[in-house]
Amino acid sequence: MSDADASGDSGDDGSGAFGAAIERGEDVPLLTGSGEYTDDISRRGTTHLAIRRSDHAHARIENVDTGDAEAMDGVLAVYTGEDVVESGVPNTIPTAWDLPGLVQPQYRMLATDKVRHEGTAVAAVVAETPHVAHDALERIDVEYEPLEHVTDPVEAVERDVSPVHDEAEDNVAFDFELGDADATDEAFADADRVASVDLRQPRIIPNAMEPRAALADWDETTEKLRLWMTSQNPHLHRMLLSAGTLGLPENKIQVIAPEVGGGFGSKIYHYPDEAVTAWCSMQLGRPVKWQATRSESYLTDCHGRDHVTTGEIALDEDGTIRGVRVETHAGLGAQLSQFGTATPSYLYATVLSGQYTIPAIHCRVVGAFTNTTPVDAYRGAGRAEGIYVIERLVDVGARELGMDSVELRRHNLVAPDEFPYESAAALVYDSGEYERAMDLALEHVDYDELRERQRELRDEDRYIGIGVGNFIESAGLSPSGLAGDLGAQAGGWESSIVRFDSTGSVTVLAGTADQGQGHRTTYAQIAAEELGLSVDDIDVVEGDTDRIPQGMGTYGSRSASVGGGSIARGAREVREKARRIAAHQLETSVDDIEFEDGEFHVAGAPDRSLHIQAIAHEAYLGHDLPEGMDPGLEETNFYDPENFTYPFGTHVAVVEVDPETGEIEIERYVAVDDCGEIINPMIVEGQVHGGIAQGIGAALYEGAAYDDDGHLQTRRMDEYAVPHATQLPDFETDNTVTPSPHNPIGVKGVGESATIAATPTIVSAVVDALEPFDVDHLDMPITPESVWRAAETGGDR
Amino acid sequence: MWKPPTVIANTTRGRTTEETRRQYMSEHEISVTVNGERHELAVEPRTLLVTALRDELGYTGANVGCETGRCGTCTVAVNGETIKSCTRLAVQTDGAEIETVEGLADDGDLTPLQESFQEHHGLQCGYCTPGMLLSADALLATNDDPTREEIREAIEGNLCRCTGYQNIVDAIEATADRLGERR
Repeated sequence: MSDADASGDSGDDGSGAFGAAIERGEDVPLLTGSGEYTDDISRRGTTHLAIRRSDHAHARIENVDTGDAEAMDGVLAVYTGEDVVESGVPNTIPTAWDLPGLVQPQYRMLATDKVRHEGTAVAAVVAETPHVAHDALERIDVEYEPLEHVTDPVEAVERDVSPVHDEAEDNVAFDFELGDADATDEAFADADRVASVDLRQPRIIPNAMEPRAALADWDETTEKLRLWMTSQNPHLHRMLLSAGTLGLPENKIQVIAPEVGGGFGSKIYHYPDEAVTAWCSMQLGRPVKWQATRSESYLTDCHGRDHVTTGEIALDEDGTIRGVRVETHAGLGAQLSQFGTATPSYLYATVLSGQYTIPAIHCRVVGAFTNTTPVDAYRGAGRAEGIYVIERLVDVGARELGMDSVELRRHNLVAPDEFPYESAAALVYDSGEYERAMDLALEHVDYDELRERQRELRDEDRYIGIGVGNFIESAGLSPSGLAGDLGAQAGGWESSIVRFDSTGSVTVLAGTADQGQGHRTTYAQIAAEELGLSVDDIDVVEGDTDRIPQGMGTYGSRSASVGGGSIARGAREVREKARRIAAHQLETSVDDIEFEDGEFHVAGAPDRSLHIQAIAHEAYLGHDLPEGMDPGLEETNFYDPENFTYPFGTHVAVVEVDPETGEIEIERYVAVDDCGEIINPMIVEGQVHGGIAQGIGAALYEGAAYDDDGHLQTRRMDEYAVPHATQLPDFETDNTVTPSPHNPIGVKGVGESATIAATPTIVSAVVDALEPFDVDHLDMPITPESVWRAAETGGDR
Repeated sequence: MWKPPTVIANTTRGRTTEETRRQYMSEHEISVTVNGERHELAVEPRTLLVTALRDELGYTGANVGCETGRCGTCTVAVNGETIKSCTRLAVQTDGAEIETVEGLADDGDLTPLQESFQEHHGLQCGYCTPGMLLSADALLATNDDPTREEIREAIEGNLCRCTGYQNIVDAIEATADRLGERR
């Protein structure tokens, strides 16, 4: 079988499901209120867990007195970190990505010695009702000895502060380098011009609308744990619960991710809370439910970004980029979350070439422990931060040369005939037609005319800005071997089962896990295409480790490409087995069998045919199968891609800023995305819309802040600006299609693309508008105040 | 391999559910009519309407996203007024007529607004959707031809992190158009 059959068109005629804007099958339960999220589920005798969290950023725990809380009516138990230790469970929240020289401090379910960030879990109350559990938290008396704290990643390593962990006296978790330092220094020495930018990428709080939750039910008779939880990757959670926190064999853990209300990265990780929920159920022999409050989400869901960077770009007068040099301090928070090490290292530094031919790149990243909420992948993860840096550098480089930034971009684009393109940042890009997408985006806004209008308006003291953002994304996070070489402690494959029932209906069991992406629809489209059926014939099942044997999950824009690729391969195997049965029963050779609209027929004799659903029946009857063939019609597939996929595109924003008030208005936002073959254009557009919203959010509104005491200042929804409907414009979207040459269905993925693109595009536009005021960079979030100040002072903030 | 405990720890501290429930709660009897069905229930004075709807009566369509009246996922209608049900105590709604997302579709037939959300891909994870639908219904009840700006203002109190709102606005606008054609 060839994996190169793109677009589900494998020589045979499919059903036409692939590529159609089919309405989502998952919508009706969500529209009528019958869809079940974790907190909607209850078990008989469910008890309720509340978690006492530290209000100190950094302190030694002197004593935890639980007596008053335990004495309360309705309280079943109060546990401390010592109780978890005494129970003998492994009690380790593990990292999932190793780096050379990485310091990996102990990370326990409940703290025992110190609290290292505000919100650290210190004690757990289980009570008959949520009210009683939360009341009891107040009666726990924790004595702390406060310690000096640090929240800034640069200060953490450069100032002499008391370390977050004794194992890392200088607060350095890792000191990472990528690229050729000498070659880069040479390029900078040789180049005509050098431009640089100092920038910060603030902490983002993911804000999935559904806060995290878990319901654990330990069955003492079977010694099996059932755990419903808000998970993007139930199998990964099963593995981490087994090997890391609880020590149960994997086959004694069932993780179920029911409807999940958004994730954006935050529901990938194994946090202490869900492990504590499960552990409490095992202690009490009762079902235990934990539902995070929004404030708990703000304090404990892994944050994103938190980079402080100096970037430099070396250029020749004609606009040729000679080299890029980047130094970043990345805040990791107080503990290492599973991919907290990968995100600011490999996922970041490897995309610094962007869409451009850059002969020399060097990047150093210092990963710093700080007394803050752990930082891990948030939509765009690493790639967003890296593309932001290169796109800002291209803009300041253009300014340095006095060149139009689009011309500078165009001059350096990787050309279509250079693929596969090996960048100086250690990636091999699969395919791309960057100029085509860029030109399409510029055409939508009529770029040249717009520049003319910009000049005219400036004469009237009106300031519009045109921002251009070119991006690539390394998506899929596989193959496993490559990920392993880079430090991954888990595989990068995906698994699925395609199963015909004896009556001809099909079930697809997928190892990914949806949080709103519409997998049930797109996967049905893939299977329907391959099997010549209607999407209505296909049922897609996700999110239950007892029903779906193996999987990796949904992150890194991987579900359509890696999960979908697995389903397509499995469906093709099923189809080929059915073809052999058809040939046998139609008494001809396999080569003479053609497949069209679900029907196998003898070449040249269309009336001699068997439908694939009738063959399914025959496969399970088993009465008349080819010699040596086993009965049944299903395939289990493990798909480990040859390479990452590389979605790309260009976004353009047109903004108007008012220097008098600092107000920013987005006049137009155009997104041209190339995510390879498109399975469902409606869903792709939806992913782009949501991605842009989050990218604009980071550029203009969002950003977590800590005060001088190390307390999170943005801990409620009225303190952290998740964009409202009135804060976002309508978006204009378009696509080019450049199939991934190595993906079975030509798909590249689209989940994170627009978030990666939108942030630099908006910043570019605002800075462009302020060009007459000599502003060449503004840090995010760009508020009216920062615009106003920049216009007043010419960028000298 | 660690062996799970076979003896339940701390059970001496625990009490049985119903007995202690009566013991430590001072509860108030209230009655509410939800989607046309009358319910009698006992609630603590501090129980929020959304909690009563979800945990006592099983109307889990309204979701809890922030407990501070900011996110709108718990939006329901009380006596015809759209409110965030985390900002109202259950005891304050004694005798009220309440409408939740479960009451919109008629015997499984989606309303034009619900259909339009599906047609325009106006939902992804669905967590904000029940509240969005209630807020949009309230708009369309008072303004049969809203502009896009009016639609955005009407759903300003309902946060969505997935869609970027545009398809929600499209869905509401198309519903208004469709209802307009029928008049």
